[in-house]
Amino acid sequence: MSEHLTDSELVRRAKAGELAAFETLIGRYERKVYSLARRIVQQEQDAEDVTQQTFLSALEHLAGFREEASFSTWLLRVAAHAALKVIRKRKGLPTVSLDASTEPQEGYDTVPHPEYIADWRESPEHLVGRNETARLIDEALQELDDKHRVIFLLRDVEGLSVKETAEALGLSEANVKVRLLRARLQLRERLTQKFGDPSRRFEPHRHPEVT
Amino acid sequence: MKCEELLAMLNEYVDGGVDPGVCDQFEKHLAGCNPCQVVVDNIRQTITLYRDGQPYELPVRFRDQLHSALRAKWREQRAMK
Repeated sequence: MSEHLTDSELVRRAKAGELAAFETLIGRYERKVYSLARRIVQQEQDAEDVTQQTFLSALEHLAGFREEASFSTWLLRVAAHAALKVIRKRKGLPTVSLDASTEPQEGYDTVPHPEYIADWRESPEHLVGRNETARLIDEALQELDDKHRVIFLLRDVEGLSVKETAEALGLSEANVKVRLLRARLQLRERLTQKFGDPSRRFEPHRHPEVT
Repeated sequence: MKCEELLAMLNEYVDGGVDPGVCDQFEKHLAGCNPCQVVVDNIRQTITLYRDGQPYELPVRFRDQLHSALRAKWREQRAMK
């Protein structure tokens, strides 16, 4: 019955004590949150834990949610945090944020250049629905570092802006941009090795004077 | 503009955030550089592929568990008010 309402209206009703409104919100975003979690933590049980934590936390903090961000951005931010916490715990790292301060400065000068350049044999529209390509696409994503994968997922899959992604992860926008570029280039490289047409391959230009 | 400079601005170009003047230079380079043209295409295709990918479905057992945990928490919070 509340399916046609906007998120804001549902949030307002849930705050006023309407359980059905909150359940509609869960129904609307459970797949989104679970998918993001699955793709970050790469494991089903952990993704379930992250999803549950995310919605429990949303419920707990609902009264204080001021809608400075959309409900969906807010949820994704909570989910990304919870998922990164799981990964850090798994690796035995302290569960602080993935900030840049402890890492060497990442600049554009160290971004790897494209190596395998070729037109793809098929369009993304043709590739996207097939099981065997879905597996290749997932594998390429799994090969990314956690810190690059989470940024690519929030920005390019979930459609957050650079600013929202930076705020969600406690990073600078500059840092998000350079990590996003690395993520996109690495995925491009992997996917072009798989989907590229060898007969339409181009050698990268070399500019020895700047190296 | 060299290929390296283009690479540093690739995000902005693909996302549509480059100044018009720079955009002209970018496109001038693309017009004369097949490899860069293909890289830009590939990047766009890569993003589309992931953006349009299917979401994961929640296992039914988990979905039930999630909803009952949330209802329990809801009642608990209401009771405290």
